Amino acid sequence: MGGTESTRAGRSLTWLRPLVFLVLLVVVWDLAIRVFRIPPYQVPAPEDVVITLWREWPMLLREAWPTTVATLWGFFLSAAFGIPVAMLIAGSKTVESYIYPLLVFSQSIPKIAIAPLLVVWFGFGMLPKVLSAFMLGFFPVVVSAVQGFKSVEPDMMDLVRSMEASRWQIFRMVSLPHALPAIFSGLKISITLAVVGAVVGEFVGSNSGIGFLLQRSIGNFELPTMFAALIVLAMIGVILFWLLDVVERMAIPWHASQRQDLIIAA
Amino acid sequence: MTLNSAPMTTSAAPAATEAAARPVIEIKGVAKTYRTRDGDVPSLRPLDFTINDGEFVVVVGPSGCGKSTLLKMVAGLLPPSEGEIHIEGRVVTRPQRNVGIVFQSPLLLPWRSVLDNVMMPVEVKKLPRKEYGLRAMALLKMVGLIGFEKKYPWQLSGGMQQRAAICRALVHDPKIVLLDEPFGALDAMTRERMNVELQRIHRETGKTALLITHSIPEAVFLADRILVMTERPGAIAAVYDVPLKRPRTIDMMADPVFVALTQTVRKHFNVEGEIH
Ligand SMILES: Nc1ncnc2c1ncn2[C@@H]1O[C@H](COP(=O)(O)OP(=O)(O)OP(=O)(O)O)[C@@H](O)[C@H]1O
Ligand SMILES: [Mg+2]
Repeated sequence: MGGTESTRAGRSLTWLRPLVFLVLLVVVWDLAIRVFRIPPYQVPAPEDVVITLWREWPMLLREAWPTTVATLWGFFLSAAFGIPVAMLIAGSKTVESYIYPLLVFSQSIPKIAIAPLLVVWFGFGMLPKVLSAFMLGFFPVVVSAVQGFKSVEPDMMDLVRSMEASRWQIFRMVSLPHALPAIFSGLKISITLAVVGAVVGEFVGSNSGIGFLLQRSIGNFELPTMFAALIVLAMIGVILFWLLDVVERMAIPWHASQRQDLIIAA
Repeated sequence: MTLNSAPMTTSAAPAATEAAARPVIEIKGVAKTYRTRDGDVPSLRPLDFTINDGEFVVVVGPSGCGKSTLLKMVAGLLPPSEGEIHIEGRVVTRPQRNVGIVFQSPLLLPWRSVLDNVMMPVEVKKLPRKEYGLRAMALLKMVGLIGFEKKYPWQLSGGMQQRAAICRALVHDPKIVLLDEPFGALDAMTRERMNVELQRIHRETGKTALLITHSIPEAVFLADRILVMTERPGAIAAVYDVPLKRPRTIDMMADPVFVALTQTVRKHFNVEGEIH
């Protein structure tokens, strides 16, 4: 089909364009170092970073693992608690009046300030990292999901109620599917913030992970290693985000943002 | 079409007014005052009205006079502040099994195919899927949506979506159909076609219908009786019988009786308008 061809071309373009731009940025980076004679202990040359990335790949991968695990646990906890809390807030005015203001207030506390406390409480293991990731990832899930649950049209509610639907049926057949697009956009923000949370957890107290590697390499003036670690970190974020995007496509193929695919599939 | 010989009820009542005047909806001294934070909003003055089996009643009235409020109370979605509504002799306190509703927007769920949308009430009420699936298909055929049952709502035009919404309101074979400005969002041409179609559905199924509209010609075209309401808080300003024969055609809109009646109703409106 002609349509399929053109979208396939369109897809590869969506990959190609940022790639071209990235190459351009690297070239500018390289030129800047040469032109302004920036010493390597301030900004490493691109080729040094690439070489480090290549040579240290097994080590980088080993350190990426605990960070990814902490991120995923933090993210899953965010979803597992965030969605039910949002359901409660959206379902009851009373619960909302008690919880929501406190939740918003808690967000103005800088979580980086709490991270050392987590280490004091839970030691240097996995737990403080997971909790740190959870603290950052939780709020966006709640906010988006509340908004999603609440945005069902009043007429739609009247319609299902007129069918004698139970509360559970209304939730399962209308509210939840209706809220899914909003929930997914919250989850996408959550997973990127969970990466940040995990790294913050590793900054303050850990002897493994990308956060730990970042701190050690700065301490030792190993800038190429540090840059390589940053790239690995970005890759973790991108891959997790992309996986979530795939899940979203499968979960809500009917949503306006996904419809292009469905029309072609039909 | 076998819409009347459907699974359970025998709503084989003849369509038009000649049916033995058996009351189906009785509105007895019903009034509504919304209580809000900014004080009470009286929306409906005590109202008495009876709708008979198989009758098609159309309500017209100025915006905000309480038409939707009345319809929601009949549907059992909203408790009256005063008075009682009876459906087939029983007081309405909650949503009713034998009622189907159509709103101004089709309100189809985008994640369900047209057929699955039509089957919503069947699923919610846990009725036998097979039998009602056949009924759903028969309804879709009646409104000309065969071939679209597997499509998604956003792949249909506005008029087609509204026809699907009508099928959904009829699928569980309710005795009563409530329609709140069902064609308000459609263009004039589609609207006329939908009126003809709705009349046909009404004749073929023999349902009791209560429809709200802002269009006076639409009211005259569809109604056995027209109920005109006053400004908020709404009360009954007048009730008109429509003496036109059925089936009515679009051409009949030029009929002197038709024109005279639209004018009578419209004059009424103007007078109401001048009061305020
Ligand atoms: N939930 C509510 N809370 C408070 N007041 C309400 C509520 N719903 C409706 N009203 C008020 O009741 C009055 C009647 O509303 P209703 O929706 O029944 O009017 P309507 O006749 O259907 O109007 P329209 O023709 O514009 O649809 C309006 O003045 C409105 O402000
Ligand atoms: Mg209304």
